[in-house]
Amino acid sequence: MSSWQQAVIERIVVQTPRVKSFFLNTPIERHVAGQHLDVRLTAEDGYAAQRAYSIASAPGSTIELAIEELAEGEVSPYFHEVAQVGDTVEVRGPLGGHFVWSAHEGGPVLLVGGGSGVAPLMSIVRERNRSAPEVPMLLVYSSRTWDDVIFREELVEAHAARNGFDLVLATTRGRRGRPGDLERRLDAGLVASILDGWGHAPRTSYVCGADAFVEAVAKALVAHGVGPASVRTERYGGPARDSAPAP
Amino acid sequence: MTTRGFTGKRPARSVAQRLPPGQYQTDDFPVLSMGPTPRVDTRAWRFTLHNGPRPLASFTWDEMQALPQTSWRGDIHCVTKWSKFDTEWSGVGIDDLFAAANVTPPTAYLLAQSFDDYDTNVPVADLVGGRAMVATHYAGAPLAAEHGGPARLLVPHLYFWKSAKWLRGLRFTATDTAGFWELRGYHMYGDPWREQRYDDDE
Repeated sequence: MSSWQQAVIERIVVQTPRVKSFFLNTPIERHVAGQHLDVRLTAEDGYAAQRAYSIASAPGSTIELAIEELAEGEVSPYFHEVAQVGDTVEVRGPLGGHFVWSAHEGGPVLLVGGGSGVAPLMSIVRERNRSAPEVPMLLVYSSRTWDDVIFREELVEAHAARNGFDLVLATTRGRRGRPGDLERRLDAGLVASILDGWGHAPRTSYVCGADAFVEAVAKALVAHGVGPASVRTERYGGPARDSAPAP
Repeated sequence: MTTRGFTGKRPARSVAQRLPPGQYQTDDFPVLSMGPTPRVDTRAWRFTLHNGPRPLASFTWDEMQALPQTSWRGDIHCVTKWSKFDTEWSGVGIDDLFAAANVTPPTAYLLAQSFDDYDTNVPVADLVGGRAMVATHYAGAPLAAEHGGPARLLVPHLYFWKSAKWLRGLRFTATDTAGFWELRGYHMYGDPWREQRYDDDE
Protein backbone atom coordinates (compact mmCIF):
# COMPACT_ATOMS: atom_id res chain seq x y z
CA MET A 1 0.00 0.00 0.00
CA SER A 2 2.93 2.29 0.80
CA SER A 3 2.78 5.94 1.70
CA TRP A 4 0.75 8.88 0.38
CA GLN A 5 1.11 9.54 -3.32
CA GLN A 6 -0.08 12.29 -5.57
CA ALA A 7 -3.07 11.70 -7.81
CA VAL A 8 -4.00 14.11 -10.57
CA ILE A 9 -7.66 14.33 -11.57
CA GLU A 10 -7.63 13.44 -15.26
CA ARG A 11 -11.32 13.45 -16.02
CA ILE A 12 -14.61 14.07 -14.24
CA VAL A 13 -17.78 12.35 -15.41
CA VAL A 14 -21.25 13.12 -14.10
CA GLN A 15 -22.88 9.77 -13.35
CA THR A 16 -26.12 10.78 -11.67
CA PRO A 17 -27.50 13.94 -10.06
CA ARG A 18 -25.57 13.08 -6.88
CA VAL A 19 -22.59 11.07 -8.11
CA LYS A 20 -19.55 12.00 -10.16
CA SER A 21 -16.69 9.78 -11.22
CA PHE A 22 -13.16 11.06 -10.77
CA PHE A 23 -10.45 9.44 -12.87
CA LEU A 24 -7.05 9.69 -11.23
CA ASN A 25 -3.60 9.56 -12.71
CA THR A 26 -1.55 8.09 -9.88
CA PRO A 27 1.42 5.74 -9.51
CA ILE A 28 -0.24 3.41 -6.97
CA GLU A 29 0.21 -0.28 -7.62
CA ARG A 30 -2.41 -2.34 -9.45
CA HIS A 31 -5.44 -2.98 -7.27
CA VAL A 32 -7.58 -6.06 -6.78
CA ALA A 33 -11.27 -5.64 -7.65
CA GLY A 34 -13.16 -4.54 -4.51
CA GLN A 35 -10.32 -2.62 -2.87
CA HIS A 36 -10.42 1.02 -1.81
CA LEU A 37 -8.16 4.04 -1.52
CA ASP A 38 -7.66 6.49 1.27
CA VAL A 39 -7.90 10.06 0.01
CA ARG A 40 -6.33 12.99 1.88
CA LEU A 41 -7.05 16.68 1.34
CA THR A 42 -4.85 19.27 3.03
CA ALA A 43 -5.69 22.94 3.63
CA GLU A 44 -3.06 25.68 3.46
CA ASP A 45 -2.56 25.73 7.22
CA GLY A 46 -1.93 21.98 7.31
CA TYR A 47 -5.40 20.90 8.42
CA ALA A 48 -6.16 17.62 6.65
CA ALA A 49 -9.17 15.38 6.15
CA GLN A 50 -9.08 11.75 5.07
CA ARG A 51 -11.78 9.46 3.73
CA ALA A 52 -11.83 6.07 2.07
CA TYR A 53 -13.37 5.52 -1.36
CA SER A 54 -13.85 2.26 -3.19
CA ILE A 55 -12.22 1.87 -6.59
CA ALA A 56 -14.81 1.33 -9.32
CA SER A 57 -12.45 0.74 -12.23
CA ALA A 58 -11.14 -2.66 -13.30
CA PRO A 59 -7.64 -3.54 -12.10
CA GLY A 60 -5.08 -2.06 -14.44
CA SER A 61 -7.38 0.66 -15.79
CA THR A 62 -7.18 4.33 -14.82
CA ILE A 63 -8.34 4.58 -11.21
CA GLU A 64 -12.00 5.64 -11.01
CA LEU A 65 -13.65 6.79 -7.81
CA ALA A 66 -17.44 7.26 -7.94
CA ILE A 67 -18.13 9.82 -5.25
CA GLU A 68 -21.58 10.69 -3.96
CA GLU A 69 -22.01 14.20 -2.64
CA LEU A 70 -23.17 14.17 0.94
CA ALA A 71 -24.39 17.49 2.26
CA GLU A 72 -22.94 16.90 5.71
CA GLY A 73 -19.68 15.55 4.36
CA GLU A 74 -16.32 17.23 4.26
CA VAL A 75 -14.44 15.50 1.47
CA SER A 76 -17.23 14.67 -0.99
CA PRO A 77 -18.39 18.33 -1.24
CA TYR A 78 -14.82 19.29 -2.13
CA PHE A 79 -14.81 16.81 -4.99
CA HIS A 80 -18.21 17.93 -6.23
CA GLU A 81 -17.99 21.68 -5.76
CA VAL A 82 -14.31 22.56 -5.99
CA ALA A 83 -12.17 19.92 -7.67
CA GLN A 84 -11.36 20.36 -11.35
CA VAL A 85 -9.45 18.42 -13.94
CA GLY A 86 -5.75 18.97 -13.28
CA ASP A 87 -6.12 19.28 -9.51
CA THR A 88 -3.99 17.03 -7.34
CA VAL A 89 -5.09 15.14 -4.24
CA GLU A 90 -3.21 12.58 -2.18
CA VAL A 91 -4.09 8.89 -2.14
CA ARG A 92 -2.91 5.84 -0.30
CA GLY A 93 -3.55 2.25 -1.25
CA PRO A 94 -4.85 0.07 -2.68
CA LEU A 95 -6.30 -1.11 0.64
CA GLY A 96 -8.42 -3.97 1.89
CA GLY A 97 -7.86 -7.69 1.57
CA HIS A 98 -11.24 -9.23 2.30
CA PHE A 99 -13.87 -7.54 0.15
CA VAL A 100 -11.97 -8.50 -3.00
CA TRP A 101 -12.45 -10.77 -5.98
CA SER A 102 -9.98 -12.07 -8.56
CA ALA A 103 -10.77 -14.10 -11.66
CA HIS A 104 -8.95 -17.13 -10.24
CA GLU A 105 -11.45 -17.29 -7.36
CA GLY A 106 -14.13 -18.20 -9.90
CA GLY A 107 -17.84 -18.23 -9.13
CA PRO A 108 -20.75 -18.17 -9.25
CA VAL A 109 -20.55 -14.71 -7.71
CA LEU A 110 -23.47 -12.77 -6.24
CA LEU A 111 -23.11 -9.01 -5.87
CA VAL A 112 -25.67 -6.94 -3.97
CA GLY A 113 -25.26 -3.18 -3.81
CA GLY A 114 -27.22 -0.27 -2.45
CA GLY A 115 -26.68 3.27 -3.77
CA SER A 116 -23.04 4.26 -4.04
CA GLY A 117 -22.20 0.88 -2.51
CA VAL A 118 -22.13 -0.34 -6.09
CA ALA A 119 -18.66 1.17 -6.60
CA PRO A 120 -16.47 -1.77 -5.48
CA LEU A 121 -18.95 -4.18 -7.10
CA MET A 122 -18.50 -2.36 -10.39
CA SER A 123 -14.80 -3.10 -10.27
CA ILE A 124 -15.65 -6.78 -9.80
CA VAL A 125 -18.16 -6.74 -12.68
CA ARG A 126 -15.63 -5.09 -14.97
CA GLU A 127 -12.91 -7.54 -14.00
CA ARG A 128 -15.24 -10.45 -14.68
CA ASN A 129 -16.35 -9.12 -18.05
CA ARG A 130 -12.77 -8.54 -19.10
CA SER A 131 -10.89 -11.48 -17.57
CA ALA A 132 -13.35 -14.21 -16.67
CA PRO A 133 -16.53 -14.11 -18.78
CA GLU A 134 -17.09 -17.79 -17.98
CA VAL A 135 -17.91 -16.93 -14.36
CA PRO A 136 -21.65 -16.64 -13.67
CA MET A 137 -22.23 -13.33 -11.93
CA LEU A 138 -25.40 -11.61 -10.75
CA LEU A 139 -25.57 -8.00 -9.64
CA VAL A 140 -28.64 -6.97 -7.65
CA TYR A 141 -28.49 -3.23 -7.31
CA SER A 142 -30.90 -1.04 -5.39
CA SER A 143 -31.20 2.69 -6.07
CA ARG A 144 -33.67 5.39 -5.17
CA THR A 145 -34.77 6.08 -8.73
CA TRP A 146 -33.81 5.06 -12.25
CA ASP A 147 -31.83 8.30 -12.58
CA ASP A 148 -29.81 7.38 -9.50
CA VAL A 149 -28.52 4.14 -11.04
CA ILE A 150 -24.75 4.67 -11.27
CA PHE A 151 -23.04 3.06 -14.31
CA ARG A 152 -26.51 2.43 -15.74
CA GLU A 153 -25.68 2.32 -19.45
CA GLU A 154 -22.65 0.14 -18.98
CA LEU A 155 -24.48 -2.32 -16.73
CA VAL A 156 -27.53 -2.60 -18.95
CA GLU A 157 -25.30 -3.13 -21.97
CA ALA A 158 -23.26 -5.81 -20.20
CA HIS A 159 -26.47 -7.56 -19.24
CA ALA A 160 -27.78 -7.42 -22.79
CA ALA A 161 -24.71 -9.33 -23.96
CA ARG A 162 -26.24 -12.41 -22.29
CA ASN A 163 -22.88 -13.95 -21.56
CA GLY A 164 -23.40 -14.99 -17.98
CA PHE A 165 -23.62 -11.57 -16.35
CA ASP A 166 -27.07 -11.01 -14.91
CA LEU A 167 -28.50 -7.78 -13.57
CA VAL A 168 -31.52 -6.99 -11.43
CA LEU A 169 -32.10 -3.30 -10.76
CA ALA A 170 -34.42 -2.27 -7.95
CA THR A 171 -35.76 1.24 -7.49
CA THR A 172 -37.19 2.11 -4.09
CA ARG A 173 -38.74 5.51 -4.87
CA GLY A 174 -39.41 5.53 -8.55
CA ARG A 175 -40.44 3.63 -11.66
CA ARG A 176 -38.30 0.88 -13.05
CA GLY A 177 -36.57 1.50 -16.34
CA ARG A 178 -36.67 -2.00 -17.79
CA PRO A 179 -39.28 -4.73 -17.79
CA GLY A 180 -38.29 -7.35 -15.24
CA ASP A 181 -36.67 -4.88 -12.87
CA LEU A 182 -38.14 -4.21 -9.45
CA GLU A 183 -39.95 -1.27 -7.93
CA ARG A 184 -39.49 -2.09 -4.29
CA ARG A 185 -37.02 -2.40 -1.47
CA LEU A 186 -35.07 -5.64 -1.20
CA ASP A 187 -36.37 -7.87 1.54
CA ALA A 188 -35.82 -11.49 2.53
CA GLY A 189 -38.55 -12.85 0.27
CA LEU A 190 -37.31 -10.88 -2.70
CA VAL A 191 -33.71 -11.94 -2.18
CA ALA A 192 -34.84 -15.56 -2.03
CA SER A 193 -36.87 -15.32 -5.23
CA ILE A 194 -34.07 -13.50 -7.09
CA LEU A 195 -31.60 -16.21 -6.07
CA ASP A 196 -34.00 -18.96 -7.11
CA GLY A 197 -34.60 -17.23 -10.42
CA TRP A 198 -30.89 -16.92 -11.07
CA GLY A 199 -30.45 -20.68 -10.86
CA HIS A 200 -26.95 -20.62 -9.39
CA ALA A 201 -25.80 -21.09 -5.82
CA PRO A 202 -23.30 -18.34 -5.08
CA ARG A 203 -19.84 -19.52 -4.12
CA THR A 204 -19.10 -16.04 -2.81
CA SER A 205 -21.40 -13.10 -2.17
CA TYR A 206 -20.44 -9.46 -1.82
CA VAL A 207 -22.84 -7.03 -0.17
CA CYS A 208 -22.07 -3.32 -0.03
CA GLY A 209 -24.13 -0.33 0.99
CA ALA A 210 -25.45 1.49 4.04
CA ASP A 211 -25.47 -0.35 7.38
CA ALA A 212 -29.16 -1.21 7.42
CA PHE A 213 -29.16 -2.36 3.80
CA VAL A 214 -26.17 -4.65 4.28
CA GLU A 215 -27.55 -6.04 7.52
CA ALA A 216 -30.91 -6.86 5.92
CA VAL A 217 -29.43 -8.43 2.78
CA ALA A 218 -26.78 -10.48 4.60
CA LYS A 219 -29.42 -11.78 6.98
CA ALA A 220 -31.71 -12.69 4.07
CA LEU A 221 -28.91 -14.56 2.31
CA VAL A 222 -28.08 -16.59 5.39
CA ALA A 223 -31.78 -17.30 5.95
CA HIS A 224 -31.93 -18.60 2.38
CA GLY A 225 -29.15 -21.08 3.11
CA VAL A 226 -26.11 -19.20 1.86
CA GLY A 227 -23.13 -20.02 4.09
CA PRO A 228 -22.30 -17.05 6.37
CA ALA A 229 -18.56 -17.48 5.76
CA SER A 230 -19.12 -17.03 2.01
CA VAL A 231 -20.81 -13.64 2.46
CA ARG A 232 -18.45 -10.67 2.49
CA THR A 233 -19.80 -7.32 3.57
CA GLU A 234 -18.70 -3.76 3.36
CA ARG A 235 -20.77 -1.15 5.13
CA TYR A 236 -20.86 2.57 4.74
CA GLY A 237 -21.49 4.44 7.96
CA GLY A 238 -24.46 6.74 8.31
CA PRO A 239 -26.36 8.06 5.32
CA ALA A 240 -25.26 11.61 6.12
CA ARG A 241 -21.54 10.87 6.06
CA ASP A 242 -18.83 10.39 3.53
CA SER A 243 -18.56 6.76 2.67
CA ALA A 244 -16.01 4.74 4.59
CA PRO A 245 -15.49 1.11 3.63
CA ALA A 246 -13.76 -1.67 5.60
CA PRO A 247 -12.81 -3.20 7.91
CA MET B 1 0.95 18.78 -0.01
CA THR B 2 -1.74 21.46 -0.08
CA THR B 3 -4.94 20.69 -1.98
CA ARG B 4 -6.03 23.65 -4.09
CA GLY B 5 -9.23 25.19 -2.78
CA PHE B 6 -9.68 22.85 0.19
CA THR B 7 -10.58 24.57 3.44
CA GLY B 8 -12.31 21.76 5.29
CA LYS B 9 -14.84 21.70 8.07
CA ARG B 10 -12.74 22.21 11.13
CA PRO B 11 -13.99 20.80 14.36
CA ALA B 12 -14.05 23.01 17.47
CA ARG B 13 -10.82 23.01 19.44
CA SER B 14 -12.45 20.95 22.19
CA VAL B 15 -13.26 18.28 19.61
CA ALA B 16 -10.00 18.55 17.69
CA GLN B 17 -7.87 17.84 20.74
CA ARG B 18 -9.73 14.58 21.30
CA LEU B 19 -9.34 13.43 17.70
CA PRO B 20 -6.32 11.28 16.80
CA PRO B 21 -4.68 12.21 13.49
CA GLY B 22 -6.81 11.58 10.41
CA GLN B 23 -10.03 11.01 12.39
CA TYR B 24 -13.32 12.90 12.34
CA GLN B 25 -16.10 12.92 14.91
CA THR B 26 -19.39 11.15 14.25
CA ASP B 27 -22.55 11.00 16.32
CA ASP B 28 -23.65 7.83 14.55
CA PHE B 29 -22.48 4.42 15.55
CA PRO B 30 -21.45 2.91 12.23
CA VAL B 31 -21.35 -0.87 11.97
CA LEU B 32 -18.29 -2.41 10.39
CA SER B 33 -17.83 -6.12 10.06
CA MET B 34 -16.59 -8.60 7.51
CA GLY B 35 -19.78 -10.63 7.04
CA PRO B 36 -23.30 -11.32 8.28
CA THR B 37 -24.08 -10.61 11.92
CA PRO B 38 -23.96 -13.87 13.87
CA ARG B 39 -26.91 -14.42 16.19
CA VAL B 40 -25.40 -15.78 19.38
CA ASP B 41 -27.78 -17.22 21.95
CA THR B 42 -26.68 -16.51 25.51
CA ARG B 43 -28.05 -19.91 26.57
CA ALA B 44 -25.44 -21.58 24.36
CA TRP B 45 -22.78 -18.91 24.90
CA ARG B 46 -19.50 -20.04 26.37
CA PHE B 47 -16.38 -17.98 26.84
CA THR B 48 -13.07 -19.86 26.93
CA LEU B 49 -9.51 -18.91 27.75
CA HIS B 50 -6.93 -21.01 25.91
CA ASN B 51 -3.17 -21.26 26.07
CA GLY B 52 -2.48 -22.22 22.46
CA PRO B 53 -4.73 -25.26 21.88
CA ARG B 54 -5.16 -25.99 25.60
CA PRO B 55 -8.31 -24.74 27.36
CA LEU B 56 -7.56 -23.01 30.67
CA ALA B 57 -10.98 -21.97 31.89
CA SER B 58 -14.43 -21.26 30.58
CA PHE B 59 -17.54 -19.38 31.61
CA THR B 60 -21.19 -19.70 30.77
CA TRP B 61 -23.21 -16.53 30.26
CA ASP B 62 -24.59 -16.68 33.79
CA GLU B 63 -21.15 -17.28 35.25
CA MET B 64 -19.80 -14.28 33.36
CA GLN B 65 -22.68 -12.10 34.54
CA ALA B 66 -21.94 -13.12 38.13
CA LEU B 67 -18.40 -11.69 37.96
CA PRO B 68 -17.69 -8.17 39.22
CA GLN B 69 -19.03 -5.58 36.77
CA THR B 70 -17.03 -2.65 35.58
CA SER B 71 -17.86 0.36 33.43
CA TRP B 72 -15.96 2.76 31.19
CA ARG B 73 -16.85 6.00 29.45
CA GLY B 74 -14.73 7.52 26.73
CA ASP B 75 -13.87 7.89 23.07
CA ILE B 76 -13.52 5.15 20.47
CA HIS B 77 -11.67 5.36 17.17
CA CYS B 78 -12.31 3.27 14.06
CA VAL B 79 -9.58 2.81 11.45
CA THR B 80 -12.13 3.84 8.80
CA LYS B 81 -11.64 7.37 10.22
CA TRP B 82 -14.62 7.93 12.49
CA SER B 83 -14.32 8.58 16.19
CA LYS B 84 -17.23 8.55 18.60
CA PHE B 85 -16.99 10.43 21.89
CA ASP B 86 -18.27 9.62 25.36
CA THR B 87 -19.38 6.08 24.68
CA GLU B 88 -20.53 4.16 27.75
CA TRP B 89 -19.77 0.51 28.24
CA SER B 90 -20.03 -2.02 31.01
CA GLY B 91 -19.06 -5.63 31.44
CA VAL B 92 -16.31 -7.67 33.05
CA GLY B 93 -12.81 -6.25 33.32
CA ILE B 94 -10.07 -8.47 31.93
CA ASP B 95 -8.23 -8.30 35.28
CA ASP B 96 -11.33 -9.61 37.05
CA LEU B 97 -11.81 -12.25 34.39
CA PHE B 98 -8.27 -13.58 34.76
CA ALA B 99 -8.58 -13.52 38.54
CA ALA B 100 -11.87 -15.42 38.45
CA ALA B 101 -10.34 -17.97 36.10
CA ASN B 102 -7.27 -18.17 38.32
CA VAL B 103 -5.16 -17.55 35.25
CA THR B 104 -1.82 -15.80 35.21
CA PRO B 105 -1.14 -14.87 31.58
CA PRO B 106 1.28 -17.53 30.35
CA THR B 107 2.47 -15.45 27.37
CA ALA B 108 2.68 -11.78 26.43
CA TYR B 109 0.27 -12.02 23.47
CA LEU B 110 -3.17 -13.31 22.68
CA LEU B 111 -5.77 -13.56 19.95
CA ALA B 112 -9.28 -12.40 20.72
CA GLN B 113 -11.58 -14.89 18.98
CA SER B 114 -15.12 -14.42 17.74
CA PHE B 115 -18.06 -16.66 16.98
CA ASP B 116 -17.79 -15.79 13.28
CA ASP B 117 -14.15 -16.97 13.19
CA TYR B 118 -12.86 -13.41 13.22
CA ASP B 119 -9.80 -12.91 15.35
CA THR B 120 -7.43 -10.10 16.23
CA ASN B 121 -4.16 -9.98 18.13
CA VAL B 122 -3.60 -7.82 21.19
CA PRO B 123 -0.67 -7.75 23.61
CA VAL B 124 -1.73 -8.98 27.05
CA ALA B 125 -0.30 -5.79 28.58
CA ASP B 126 -2.93 -3.80 26.68
CA LEU B 127 -5.78 -5.77 28.22
CA VAL B 128 -4.76 -5.78 31.88
CA GLY B 129 -4.38 -2.94 34.35
CA GLY B 130 -7.97 -1.80 33.82
CA ARG B 131 -7.50 -1.10 30.12
CA ALA B 132 -9.99 -3.58 28.65
CA MET B 133 -13.17 -5.54 29.33
CA VAL B 134 -15.55 -8.10 27.96
CA ALA B 135 -18.34 -5.63 27.25
CA THR B 136 -21.94 -6.80 27.51
CA HIS B 137 -23.76 -3.46 27.76
CA TYR B 138 -23.69 -0.24 25.77
CA ALA B 139 -25.28 2.95 27.09
CA GLY B 140 -26.99 0.93 29.80
CA ALA B 141 -28.67 -1.61 27.53
CA PRO B 142 -27.61 -5.12 26.51
CA LEU B 143 -25.20 -4.87 23.60
CA ALA B 144 -27.03 -5.23 20.27
CA ALA B 145 -25.96 -8.04 17.94
CA GLU B 146 -24.92 -5.54 15.27
CA HIS B 147 -22.46 -3.99 17.66
CA GLY B 148 -21.04 -7.32 18.78
CA GLY B 149 -23.56 -8.56 21.32
CA PRO B 150 -24.01 -10.45 23.44
CA ALA B 151 -20.36 -9.74 24.31
CA ARG B 152 -17.43 -8.05 22.63
CA LEU B 153 -13.93 -7.14 23.63
CA LEU B 154 -13.48 -3.47 24.49
CA VAL B 155 -9.93 -2.19 24.24
CA PRO B 156 -10.65 1.45 23.50
CA HIS B 157 -7.11 2.81 23.37
CA LEU B 158 -6.52 0.85 20.13
CA TYR B 159 -8.35 1.17 16.79
CA PHE B 160 -11.72 -0.43 17.18
CA TRP B 161 -11.12 -3.47 14.99
CA LYS B 162 -9.09 -4.75 17.97
CA SER B 163 -12.31 -4.73 20.03
CA ALA B 164 -13.52 -8.03 18.57
CA LYS B 165 -17.28 -8.45 18.28
CA TRP B 166 -19.18 -11.63 19.23
CA LEU B 167 -16.33 -12.63 21.48
CA ARG B 168 -16.03 -16.30 22.37
CA GLY B 169 -12.66 -16.31 24.02
CA LEU B 170 -9.06 -15.26 24.35
CA ARG B 171 -6.23 -17.50 23.19
CA PHE B 172 -2.74 -16.86 24.54
CA THR B 173 -0.11 -17.21 21.83
CA ALA B 174 3.63 -17.72 22.19
CA THR B 175 4.32 -14.95 19.68
CA ASP B 176 2.44 -11.93 18.38
CA THR B 177 0.26 -13.69 15.79
CA ALA B 178 -1.61 -11.74 13.13
CA GLY B 179 -5.40 -11.98 13.18
CA PHE B 180 -7.99 -11.44 10.44
CA TRP B 181 -7.37 -7.82 9.45
CA GLU B 182 -3.71 -7.95 10.43
CA LEU B 183 -3.28 -10.65 7.75
CA ARG B 184 -4.98 -8.30 5.28
CA GLY B 185 -2.77 -5.26 5.51
CA TYR B 186 -3.75 -3.70 8.82
CA HIS B 187 -1.32 -2.84 11.59
CA MET B 188 -0.25 -5.40 14.20
CA TYR B 189 -0.79 -2.98 17.10
CA GLY B 190 -3.13 -0.20 15.95
CA ASP B 191 -2.53 2.84 18.15
CA PRO B 192 -4.80 5.64 16.83
CA TRP B 193 -2.61 8.36 18.32
CA ARG B 194 0.36 7.11 16.31
CA GLU B 195 -1.95 6.53 13.34
CA GLN B 196 -0.97 2.88 13.02
CA ARG B 197 -3.57 1.96 10.42
CA TYR B 198 -1.69 -0.21 7.95
CA ASP B 199 1.13 -2.69 8.19
CA ASP B 200 3.74 -0.30 6.87
CA ASP B 201 2.86 2.47 9.32
CA GLU B 202 5.58 2.99 11.94
